[in-house]
Amino acid sequence: MVQNKYSKKVDWLTVSIYLIMVIFGWFNIYAANYDPENPIFFDPGKEYAKQLIWIGLSVIIIWVLIMTDSKFYVAFSYFLYGLSVFLLFSVIFFGKEINGAKSWFELGPLRFQPVELGKIATALVMSRIMSRHDFSFNKPAKVAKIIGLWALPVMCIFLQNDTGSALVFFVFILPFYREGLTGNILIFGILTAVVAILTLVYPNTLIIWLILVATLLFLLIKIDKKVTGIGAAVLLGGFTLALTIYSILGQALRWEIFTVIGMAGLSIYLLIKGFVKNLKPVIPALIFMWSLVAVTFTVDYFVDDVLSEYQRNRVYVLLGFKDDPLGAGYNVNQSKIAIGSGGLTGKGYLEGTQTKFDFVPEQSTDFIFCTVGEEWGYLGTFAVVFLYVFLIFRLIYLAEKQHSPFSRIYGYCVASIFFYHMAINIGMTIGLAPVIGIPLPFFSYGGSSLWGFTTLLFIFLKLDTDRNELIR
Amino acid sequence: MENINRRTLVIGLIVLTIGIIFIIKLFILQVYDPSYKFSAVSNTRREIISFPARGLVYDRNGKLIVSNQADYDLMVVPRELKPMDSVTFCNSLEISIEELRNLFDDMNGRLHNKKISRIKPSIFYKQLSVKQYGYLQEKLYKFDGFFVQRRTLRKYEYPYAAHILGYIGEVGPQDIERDDYYIRGDYNGINGVESTYEEFLRGEKGFKYVLVDVHGRQKGSFKDGEYDIPAVAGKDIKLTIDIELQKYGEELMQNKIGSIVAIDPQTGEILTMISSPTYDPSLMVGKKRAGNFSDLSTDSLKPLFNRPIMAWYPPGSTFKTINALIGLQEGVITPDSRFECHMGYSVGRFHLGCHNHPSPLDLRHSISNSCNAYYCHVFRNIIDNKKYASVQEGFDAWKGYLVKFGFGHRLGTDFSNEIRGFVPNSATYDKIYNKSWSSLTVVSLAIGQGELLTTPVQMANMAATLANKGFFYTPHIIKEIENDTIPSRFKEIHQTGIDTAHYRPVRDGMEMAIWGGPGSTAGAARVPGITICGKTGTAQNPHGEDHSVFIAFAPKDNPKIAIAVYVENGGFGARWAAPISSLMVEKYLKGEIDPSRSWLETRMMEGDLIYGTK
Repeated sequence: MVQNKYSKKVDWLTVSIYLIMVIFGWFNIYAANYDPENPIFFDPGKEYAKQLIWIGLSVIIIWVLIMTDSKFYVAFSYFLYGLSVFLLFSVIFFGKEINGAKSWFELGPLRFQPVELGKIATALVMSRIMSRHDFSFNKPAKVAKIIGLWALPVMCIFLQNDTGSALVFFVFILPFYREGLTGNILIFGILTAVVAILTLVYPNTLIIWLILVATLLFLLIKIDKKVTGIGAAVLLGGFTLALTIYSILGQALRWEIFTVIGMAGLSIYLLIKGFVKNLKPVIPALIFMWSLVAVTFTVDYFVDDVLSEYQRNRVYVLLGFKDDPLGAGYNVNQSKIAIGSGGLTGKGYLEGTQTKFDFVPEQSTDFIFCTVGEEWGYLGTFAVVFLYVFLIFRLIYLAEKQHSPFSRIYGYCVASIFFYHMAINIGMTIGLAPVIGIPLPFFSYGGSSLWGFTTLLFIFLKLDTDRNELIR
Repeated sequence: MENINRRTLVIGLIVLTIGIIFIIKLFILQVYDPSYKFSAVSNTRREIISFPARGLVYDRNGKLIVSNQADYDLMVVPRELKPMDSVTFCNSLEISIEELRNLFDDMNGRLHNKKISRIKPSIFYKQLSVKQYGYLQEKLYKFDGFFVQRRTLRKYEYPYAAHILGYIGEVGPQDIERDDYYIRGDYNGINGVESTYEEFLRGEKGFKYVLVDVHGRQKGSFKDGEYDIPAVAGKDIKLTIDIELQKYGEELMQNKIGSIVAIDPQTGEILTMISSPTYDPSLMVGKKRAGNFSDLSTDSLKPLFNRPIMAWYPPGSTFKTINALIGLQEGVITPDSRFECHMGYSVGRFHLGCHNHPSPLDLRHSISNSCNAYYCHVFRNIIDNKKYASVQEGFDAWKGYLVKFGFGHRLGTDFSNEIRGFVPNSATYDKIYNKSWSSLTVVSLAIGQGELLTTPVQMANMAATLANKGFFYTPHIIKEIENDTIPSRFKEIHQTGIDTAHYRPVRDGMEMAIWGGPGSTAGAARVPGITICGKTGTAQNPHGEDHSVFIAFAPKDNPKIAIAVYVENGGFGARWAAPISSLMVEKYLKGEIDPSRSWLETRMMEGDLIYGTK
């Protein structure tokens, strides 16, 4: 029988984690919908009843995925990708707007979010390209192809105004890194985030000088005292010269411009010196310096001129600059109160008060973790975080065991997507990440996301059944 | 291979770092830092209803009659209750432990019957006194789950016009069923204009969501007031009554049973509507209402009974004016027709008595002298008119005129409890007399007795029709509604189907009834300088002394007021009803009573037909 053929090979540990999450998730959706004023054991109109149907249909999806030949996923990756980009593009025009994002198709009673397919298809296509034997991050043509195919769905999703989902795609940096992308990019990504946050707190000039000091330190470590000393002198010289000229002309003083002029001087010196003496660290130093300065200005401009007052407030509250528990910080504050009130062991199943009566918004979708926190306490939240970390580790472990690079890369993509969702969703409910409306995989209510994550996972589990074969 | 392992390790470390950060943060949030636990207890959302100020009520001259006063209910949210010091609680409310136990039993009973919610506020103790509120407000933080909600009660600026104004009281289950605006504990208008114009007066309730801490103290608005709905104040209304005239009339009617209705005939506006005995409308406000209501409703003099619209009496001799008009319109008499009267009307063995007066009289004098025999002739001539095939047909023609005058049907005033009175038709008598009856059988209708029953407001309307020489507007009490229009039916003109010319002799007769010298029935109603016209009546009362009736209007040309007065057990119309009418007319038109008549005013005011001697 078919069952027997696959039941031995499918990674039952992962399937068990999956089942525990889905079932535990359902119980929490039930609790979030439970009305203690009007305790009906089972109301077919409620979300938990529908979720039960979505779970049932997931079983069929799993069966189909496992029955499909592994080679299909490679062969049809471009087709699926094309289809998903088409849908992601169409939804901008024909989609239904929910919570400000035009990211849903509505067909009668069914709603479908093409971004779910987009994640899967993009993961498959990335895996396919990177699994070719001639692929390398040193070949600009290949990198361009990867970036192009990556950017297409991301742009569509940004155009849908679904920023939260678009940001998911940035997590592909992890499989890229695994497959040979230079670590500098990863470091650069982290530095960018740090600079962006600092820009919101401190004046631009101070940030830029911090970047310059960091650059000089880098030069000191990687090259020598002499180059660093001359570089610093050129920098200060350019700065002072610009300042003097401005003062003589009687213009208003623009510190940022003086700094940039100083930086230009430093850059010219370093380029010449680097070219003459063939100093390799000069290039990354310059790239880092200029990019981070650009980040500073961009973030500053973005927050001050692009974001609405409301969005700006959300950013500030998240970063803790503003304490506004009833305004912009409302959701996070309510969510933290709900989780905090759970204590060590929780209030008990269905005994939660904060995750009912609409204190916490989107209780059964984006903020389902609050119900876990309130009713199951620290034991519950610890278990959920542990399960996710365990699942991601298990997926990485399985990925490393794959004979074919396609399966391995895809496994990393899956693990990374789960990681991103877990990190942002839980992070948001405990005030460590911005409030971005993305679901907690397998927990949040909704057929579209459940099916999406199930498909994402079980394609990999299917590929894993053929881990000793070369799939291409 | 080694390189790949290092990269795997880096990715694993990133995941692990985030996982550990989360686990630490969650530990701080859930276990280490107690502030969020307290916060959750305190983080209770409460829906507070903001009650709108009810619309104010003004009289026709813009004097404020009804306003609002603040009132406080003690509310409870059962889910938030904690054990408390019941002695302090009782002391603050000045109630006994038993009463408190009863209050809790009540609450639990209602909770059990699902009448109230465990998580939503409901009333625990209604209408705190200012003193109770003061004490309680200080101690409230000790009593979890309790808070005080403000609402408004009525405040009456005058102790008059109770029947017109009606009162407000708690909504009943059927009100809640009928209109989902109401919830348990709300007030709505009961009776009077409070009830009729409820939907204008009540305004729109608002809702405010606030966060409250563990002690019931409000910590700010929920979601910045995003969901709050402000209350909309009720619309003010202006009534047609003149509160000073109302006051004067109520004083005149003290210690008497009966009613006064005065109408501006040119508009149908009710200037005053008095039911005596009456009560101070302030008795119906707040906590004391229940006790006062039961006292008033068991009073044998029925002070709650709104006589002008709910009592029916025979119209008595005042009705001769109508029969005269019908006779003239039907062509069975002329103003010069004379009929003999020898101390009454006799046909065979039938005799209907009359008083001593010159005979025969013409139409004008028949009214001023109130001759019974004259109207027996007139009435029988109408019914037995050759143009009608039968007595039934003749009778129904007569009845048709009465209906056009507004008798036998509800006039359609603002008051929903107005009754229709009674005008018999031929079928009524066919039933009583088995179809064998004649005009003589029912001749007492000629003088306003018999089966005919009218309300005082219908009689005042009759006076207004006489004043207008043939038409009337539906009497009404509403003059203006803020930013709205009054019902259109009050603007419609009603014709009586009697030629204007026929009113002249009748109105002359009414003038002569007061001013005509010897033999005139209502000399007591003379008001110096005002051409007042009137007609006395005596409504037969099988239970005791007859009722004194008077209708009048003034001035004769361009009338400004039409009035009907009933004084129960007052005897002849001239005795009580006529003087009272004249005083009302004088007060309204002149503003004060001529010194030459102050003795009459005193006599009317001091007259005690209930407890004293007549």
